[in-house]
Amino acid sequence: MNRLQAMRFGAVSTIPMIVGGIPFGIIFGSLAMSYGLPVWVPIAMSSLVFAGSAQFVALGLMAAGAPAWVIISTTLIVNLRHLLYAADFIKYVRHLPMGWRAGLAFGLIDEVYAAVRPHYQSGRLSLDSGKWAYLGAILSFYLMWNICTLIGIVAGEMIPDMSSWGLEFAMVATFIGIITPYLRHWPYWSTFLCAGTLALLLHGLPNNLGMLLAALGGVAAGMLTERFSHRERQPATSGKAAEATEEQA
Amino acid sequence: MKYTNLEMLAIILGMLLVTYGIRFVLYARAHRTHIPAWMEEALKFVPVAVLTALISPMILMPEQQLNLDWHNPWLLGAVAAFVTGFWRQQPLLTILVGVVVFFGAKSLLP
Repeated sequence: MNRLQAMRFGAVSTIPMIVGGIPFGIIFGSLAMSYGLPVWVPIAMSSLVFAGSAQFVALGLMAAGAPAWVIISTTLIVNLRHLLYAADFIKYVRHLPMGWRAGLAFGLIDEVYAAVRPHYQSGRLSLDSGKWAYLGAILSFYLMWNICTLIGIVAGEMIPDMSSWGLEFAMVATFIGIITPYLRHWPYWSTFLCAGTLALLLHGLPNNLGMLLAALGGVAAGMLTERFSHRERQPATSGKAAEATEEQA
Repeated sequence: MKYTNLEMLAIILGMLLVTYGIRFVLYARAHRTHIPAWMEEALKFVPVAVLTALISPMILMPEQQLNLDWHNPWLLGAVAAFVTGFWRQQPLLTILVGVVVFFGAKSLLP
């Protein structure tokens, strides 16, 4: 794959995520208008912060008049998962110059991670073509996100009750589209069930703390299930070999 | 609105700072960072764990309390998307089926 082909490949791989992102971006813009925020606020958030779910949470907190430090620290917690995506991607960006790493870091969002990561794993993308595909995925999603924010701002002004349509469901459907391919393996079912249940039980905790604890519980459940099932089936296998089997699947 | 323009600018720049910081900190030292094996093992589970934790309250508590009624369009749409995704593993199809069922349920059900 040459540069252009790789960029196009990245952008095309992102199309499912873009389809889910369109209503989500529109509802974000219109919600900001219904909260009475100035037009430049959602535009600046989408272009500078570029973090869908955190932007939503921040809007809600601003509408409630929360202090700045609460909004910023909540953003930190909601986006903490990107640190874990980064840790997973390090092996694919380690060889790149600082400028590339700085640029690719900006677009390390759920959708780009979900679109690009499987192709590194399957071998469709090499270390060299991968950076162009990764960049193509970022650019296509970024473009859509910012255009849809603008559309939402205009639509929100024209159709005042739009924020009650439930367009956020597109985010739910997108995330289900990301999750389900993992569920071919039992340990991921533990993660799924545990994180889902804990998130419901801890929903009342302030500042999205419940979400973070539920996610940690889900990771722990997955790891425990994996350790347990390997010990049962292949007592002689080391953790490393077990990991390799999992990677292939 | 309770904020001045300057305060809102400060909030957005603060959000930019923490968000970009999280995404960049490991990449910045990528050539020197080594991820231990146990952490690699944990990282595999992160996307499913985080995304499930984000959406499960939206699906099952759309009005802030548990709603397992089949009249709940969030639940119907999510189940439809889940079954499609599990069966075919095509994100685009999953998203479309989920969205169609959600809006169908929302407009048809009382």
